[in-house]
Formats: sequence, structure tokens, C-alpha cells
Amino acid sequence: MRLRLPSGRTLVLALPFLWLGLFFLAPFLIVAKIALSEGALGIPPYAPLLRWTDEGVLTIVLNLGNLATLVSDSFYIEAYLRSLRVAAISGVLCLLIGYPMAYAIARAPEHRRNLLLMLVVLPFWTSFLLRVMAWIGLLADNGVVNNLLLGLGLVSQPVALLYTDFALYAGIVYCYLPFMVLPLYATLSKLDPVLLEAAADLGARPWRAFLTVTLPLSLPGIIAGFMLVFIPAVGEFVIPELLGGPGAQLIGRVLWTEFFQNRDWPMASALAVVLLLLLVLPIAWFQHVQGKGAR
Amino acid sequence: MSRRLGRLGLFLGVGYAFLYIPIALLVVLSFNDSRLITVWSGFSFRWYVALWNNERLIDAALLSLRIAAVAATGATVIGMAAGFALARFGAFRGRGLFGAMVAAPLVMPEVITGLSLLLLFVALAESVGWPAERGVTTVTIAHITFATAYVAVVVQSRLADFDRSLEEAALDLGARPWKVFLLITLPLIAPALASGWLLAFTLSLDDLVIASFTSGPGASTLPMVIFSALRLGLTPELFALATVIIVVVSLGLLVALKLGRVASARVGG
Amino acid sequence: MQQANIARPGSAEPWRDPEAEPYVRILNVTKRFGATVAVDDVSLDIYRGELFALLGGSGSGKTTLLRMLAGFERPDSGRILLDGQDVADVPPYERPVNMMFQSYALFPHMTVEQNIAFGLKMDGLPRAEIRDRVAAMLDLVQLKGFEKRRPHELSGGQRQRVALARSLVKQPKLLLLDEPLGALDKNLREQTQFELVSIQEKLGITFIMVTHDQEEAMTMATRLAVMNHGYLAQVGTPAEVYEYPQSRFVAEFLGTANVFEGLIRAEGPTGALIESTEFDAFFQSDTDPPKPEGARVFVAVRPEKMRIRRAEAGEMAGTNRLIGTVRDIAYYGDFFMFVVELPEGKSIRVSRPNLARLTELPITWDDRVAVEWEPFATVVLPE
Repeated sequence: MRLRLPSGRTLVLALPFLWLGLFFLAPFLIVAKIALSEGALGIPPYAPLLRWTDEGVLTIVLNLGNLATLVSDSFYIEAYLRSLRVAAISGVLCLLIGYPMAYAIARAPEHRRNLLLMLVVLPFWTSFLLRVMAWIGLLADNGVVNNLLLGLGLVSQPVALLYTDFALYAGIVYCYLPFMVLPLYATLSKLDPVLLEAAADLGARPWRAFLTVTLPLSLPGIIAGFMLVFIPAVGEFVIPELLGGPGAQLIGRVLWTEFFQNRDWPMASALAVVLLLLLVLPIAWFQHVQGKGAR
Repeated sequence: MSRRLGRLGLFLGVGYAFLYIPIALLVVLSFNDSRLITVWSGFSFRWYVALWNNERLIDAALLSLRIAAVAATGATVIGMAAGFALARFGAFRGRGLFGAMVAAPLVMPEVITGLSLLLLFVALAESVGWPAERGVTTVTIAHITFATAYVAVVVQSRLADFDRSLEEAALDLGARPWKVFLLITLPLIAPALASGWLLAFTLSLDDLVIASFTSGPGASTLPMVIFSALRLGLTPELFALATVIIVVVSLGLLVALKLGRVASARVGG
Repeated sequence: MQQANIARPGSAEPWRDPEAEPYVRILNVTKRFGATVAVDDVSLDIYRGELFALLGGSGSGKTTLLRMLAGFERPDSGRILLDGQDVADVPPYERPVNMMFQSYALFPHMTVEQNIAFGLKMDGLPRAEIRDRVAAMLDLVQLKGFEKRRPHELSGGQRQRVALARSLVKQPKLLLLDEPLGALDKNLREQTQFELVSIQEKLGITFIMVTHDQEEAMTMATRLAVMNHGYLAQVGTPAEVYEYPQSRFVAEFLGTANVFEGLIRAEGPTGALIESTEFDAFFQSDTDPPKPEGARVFVAVRPEKMRIRRAEAGEMAGTNRLIGTVRDIAYYGDFFMFVVELPEGKSIRVSRPNLARLTELPITWDDRVAVEWEPFATVVLPE
């Protein structure tokens, strides 16, 4: 009997399927499991879900306490709401800055577009942390902006800029702007300029042609860009930690604190589970839009 | 018409100023002789010397580069397979789940990815005894996992506008499927693989959150060291480090731009 | 000059009336793109109700001229008058001119109905009127029942009709059509040609159409202009331009022509007699010579106006007669095209309607043949 080797196709599929199944999908199940277990002293600091009782009976001990705390403690609820709000506002700000940029690049002479796009992406290739650091240098009490204001005599003492919501938004918008510009550029550059000529020919002034033709046709790019900013920003840890004030208790920061400082792994897991549930819809929507774009 | 172009130019100018003023600031301050960011006390290379002598930073940088190289290579192999499956295999069983698994890491908040991977490693260590301790290996695995998604997207989109008749021509001329892949498909998607690898490399080099979760004692990556330093305040050595990174990346992108032009001229678009 | 008499019924031929007021006047218009001159000092009058065709190859400047009429390009010099008004500074969205784009440029995110209504909405017309006019247009182009479809759900022919309806619904003074049938396949194209002409006659709107397809221009247009390298090579009715080409370029661009070179000789009963400089033969025409005796001219003879038969033994070339050898026979179904090589090495083309069956063709490869034609078929090109 001839031995049948698995086809190349199966191998090509199996490698990523198994890897992602093991290291991406399975961990979520574990997170969900731990979110439901009790905290314990020791390593790892949580009690197993399944345990043998003294009578030798296998029992499942589900601890819904963590989840209950999350939905009843206003600290956590506010952290979630604040995260969603900050991420949404950041998405809108990125859109307001990124759309004109993407539009201008898409309308630039063809031989310049690659360079212009490269210039948008270049900061993204340099260190994220060091770019956040630059904003500390700009906004600190003894930073560049305050020096400038003091030097010009506009203020008599430094204005608090760092550790404020302003710094938080500046940092998020700064770091996530390329993620907005790229998908917008992709849809805008695909837009056939003849459609705008047709609109003008039918009596639409430039502004109306933009509103009735360009804007609706770039909607997939707007949605994709917004999601690429919004979803990661909801769980952002570094920027609120380094630029935001003590009030900027976003959920990523709370989760970090629970995990690293309080060593409450079940609580951190519960926070992650709820965060994931909050993001399932936006992620599904994003994938839907992406799938349509690919077709 | 020219007035509108002018307004668009203004948008671009403001946008680029926003993107580059902070970066320019890092570069300028890296040459400041003073430790304080308030005063300019003269041009100096002293922070570059200090950076060179900062063993903690240099060691962390070398470790990060090593992890990034391995993670990028792993992610490129797995991501290429995933992108290939998505672009070419049509509707197979589990495609929906597969597509979701490939694309989700793109937007997944890092804290979730990091936490879940850590808990996986802990659970594995408990049940099968591997990984015995967390460190370079676990960070590398974590980075491969989330970077795979980026490579897959790049490869998939390259394959989507790939002219299938090139492969059919090779088959028609007598090349077997694996030869077609090696001689036709691979060279043509090589630029996508290269940019996917670079992307994965950069992401790995840049990651703080996932590494913080999945690393163990004794394996501090560059972002972890920078982060702990930043919590204590700004140090000019970090400005020097930033400048070095900016110069390297700019040169790299310039080369890529030139090579890309050559490659696209050779491939004909 | 003898006039072609294949005019459309009821058409007044206003271009022959010196009193008639042109509706569209293009006056010394020039347009450059960098170093290339796309449109070179073009002047052209077009009359109300015409279906005028701009015919030319790619790069002839026909599309640039059309885009200047639409307002997408500004002439570098010269003026464009529409119904007496200078439109040079009027932006496209204020011109009473609409265009049907080559790619149709249908808005992909709007339904058929929304596409057609777009122009009326931009004018801020009341909703009821928009609805009525869109419905009337859908009727005209026979797209009732397709109101809610999106462009990608339509066939090529249906898209073409939506584009037509969208550009007509505003009742423009002038409709510009950029290769209106270019994207359709051959059978549909023929049918649509007639539909387009009948819609134009029904609405009485002036059409200016750009095309590279000479057959399309010939069958549809009241008049046409042949463009070459940015200038107008010739303007006239299709029959005029075909039967009396003014230049070698027009003779060869429109249909097929055998072009010979010769010198004008005065002798001859009527019309012009031209002595070939290529071989020992004469060309006799029934029109007067355009140039004085001794001048060098080109002579064009169309393949379908020539007769072909086996040459008799010892027969020589003479006046309006050439002797050669059949080198190729192309079978087109409705006619044959013979490629006849003359002793001097030049090849000419002669066509012959397919009156009999292929097997019964009396002439075959390598036959020595005589090619003859009547004086009216000899066209002496003035340029």
C-alpha cells in the first residue's frame, strides 16, 4: 500500500492554523477560565477551576465575583467608559487631521505620492516609546512649548500641559495617525477622477461633488482607519501612563496595575474578558469592511 | 484649481509639521551639552558617548535585535503560509475562523494579547513543563504570533493583484507546481515578503506591552529598559538613542525606496 | 463640386446656408500640454440639431477639444462660443453642456435612479419634477424597472443607456459624447448607433461625438471632422469626406485607398490627366485639376471602385488601368480583397463583392490581372 503524504496545501494551511490556534485562540480560553477563578497567594496566583474536594469528588468552582465587581464598582465602569470615549475622540481627531492629508497625497502628482506616503509612515518605523518621549520634552513644565510661551511673555509661569487630557490626545493622535492615513489613502487613490468630472459636468460645485461623490466612496477607508485607531486605543497603556494625568485611568492602565502591582491575575483576566467583549463588535465590523475591500 | 491645490498643500504642511516637530526636537536635544532640556549649552556628542558606554541599554538593544530577527523570520514563514491560504485556497472548511485568527491580532489591544499569552505559558508550564521559565523564547513566540498577522496581510494583498496567468504559463511550459512556486511565485512576491519581514522586525523591536507580560527576569528588551528609564524622567542618552534609530530607519527607507523603484521597474510595475 | 446626396430626411443642411447662425463656434482654439500641441489653432462651426463627429486616431486632439467644450480644459488661446455666449471662463458645473463619458463614470454608490437624478438635484429642482423627468428618461432609454439597480448590477449596454439618460436629463444645449459606443461589442454597437440617432432626432439636442471608429462616424454623423496631430484635416458630410478626400491622410484614414503619385498633364478630354511617376500609366479624373500643369500631386482610388479581371496576353498598363499579379486574397465574407503586386514592386488593393461562391472565383493566386476604373473614381488630392 502506498503511503499518502499530506498534500502541500494541507501543510501550508496547517502551519499557521496550528500556530495561531495554540498561541492566539487558546490563550483567550485560558483568560476566560482564569477570570472565573479565585485569587490565591502563590505562583500562579489563582486557584484552579477544577479541584478535588476532600471526599474525592471533582467539582468546578466558578467564581463570578470578579465579573460582579467589574459591573458594580464604578471605578471599573468609569475606566471602561473613559477608554471608549478617549478612543472615539482620538479616532475622530485622527480622521480630521488624516483625511485632508490622505486626500492631498492622493491628489498629488503620481511620482511624488510614494515619497509623501513614506513621510507619513516613517515616524511609525522609529521607536514608539521614544516618540512618546518627545512629547514629554515638548509639553513638560520645563519643556519646549512652555519655554516658548514664557520667552514670548505670553504666560508668566509654566502652563500644565503634560499629564493632562491634552497631552493624552496629542500622544494618541500622534502615534496612531499613520493608521488613519494609510487606509484613507488606499480608498482615495482608487477613486476614479472621472467621477468628479462627471459630477462637475452635471452641475455639482467642487464642495458638493466632494460631499456627494468623494466622501461616500471613501467610507470604507474612513471606517477602516477609524477602527485601526479606535480598537487599539481603547486598550492603550503606554500613552496614558506616560503622558496622561493620574485621572487618565484607562482600562489598559487599570489592567496593568491589577496584574503587575496588585498581582490579581483573575481580576486582570476579568478586565481583559470584558474589554474583549466590548471590542468584539467593532472588530467584527472592521473585518467585515476589510473583507469587502479585498473583494 | 491652483488655489485648491494650495489649500491641500497647507493641510499636508501642517500634518507633516505635526509628525516631524517632535522628532526634530529629539534630534536637536541629543546634541545639547546640558542635561536639562530647558537650556541649550552648546553642541556636544557627549550623550552619544554616554549611550555607547551604557551597558544596560546596549545589552537590551542587542537582545531586542536578536529577538526581532528571529521573530520576523518566523512570522514571515507562518504569515506567508497564512496569506497564501487566504488568497489562494478559496473556501475551505474553517476559513471564517482562520481569517478571523489571522486578522484579529492587527487590532487586538496589546494588553489582551500579552496577558493571554502569559497565562498560556503559565498553564503550559504547569501541565507539560514547558516553557520552564519565561524569557527570550516566550517573548519571541509572542512576537511571532502577533507579527504573523501583518505579514499575512501584506502577502495576501500582493497575491490578490498577482497575475495568475504567469503561473499558468509556467505550468503550461512544463514546470511542476513546486517549481512554479520557487521560480515564479516566490520571486514575484519577494518584495512583499521583504516588507513583511521588515514590518515584523520593527514591530518586535518596538513592543513594550507584550514583552513585559511574556518576559521573565533577566530578559529585558530595549523598550522595557527605555520604559523604566522614562518613568524616572528624561535622559539625554535616550535622545541620542532616538536619533540613532531615526537615522538608521531613514537610511533604510531611502534604500528601500530606491530598491523598490528598481524592483518595480524590473517587474514592470 | 458634385454634392453627395445621402442627406438625412428633413435635415436642412444649415452649413450650406451662409445666413445660418452657428450654434457652437470654436474660434482659433489652441491647447498645449507642456511641449506638445494637443489642439492646434482649430476653428469650427457647428449648427443647432447636428450630430457632429470628431474623428481621429489616439493623440489627434479630438478628446482634448471635447474636454474644452465641457469645461475640463481651458484653451490656451482662442474662444469657444455656445449659442452666442463665450464659455471660456464658465466652469463645467455652470455650463449648459453635458457629457457622456467614455467609461460612463456612473457613480457606483448610487442606484440608476439616483445617478440620473443627480444633475437635477444639483440644480435644486423640486422633488416631484425630478421624479417625473427621471421617469421620462428611463422610459426613453427603455430602462423601466431598473430604477433601484446599482451600476455593477447592469450589463454594458444598460450602463451605456444610464449614462446617456443621466447626461440628457438636464436637457443640455449641447451633449458631448466621448466614444459613446466604444465599450460595447460589435452587434450591440450597430443597434445602439441607430437608437442614439433616433433619440437625438427626437430631442433635437445638438450632439458632438468623439470617436476613432470611422464606421461609427460615417453612419451616425450629419457632418464629421477628421483630426490629425491637433489640426482639422477635413470637415464635411460623411459622403463628402469619403468621396472627395482633400489629403492623402484623410483618404487613407477613412476607408482604404490606393494612393499614387504623379504630375498633372493638361491634355485630356475633360477633367485632369495625371501621369504616373511610379510606372508607365495615366490617371484620368472627371474633375478639374486642382493645380497647374506640371505640379506634383497624389491620386487616390478606392478598392471598391476598381474592377479586376484576368489580363489578356500581352496587355499593358494604360489610362486608369494597371497590370499586376495577385499575391493575396483575403476573404471577408461579404467581399474579397485582392492584393495585387505591380511590376514596379508596389502593391494595391482591389475589392470585389462576394457575388458568387468562393470555389467559383475566377481569379486566384499568382494570376496576372488587369485592374481598371472609371474616371469618377480617380480622386486628385489637392494637398
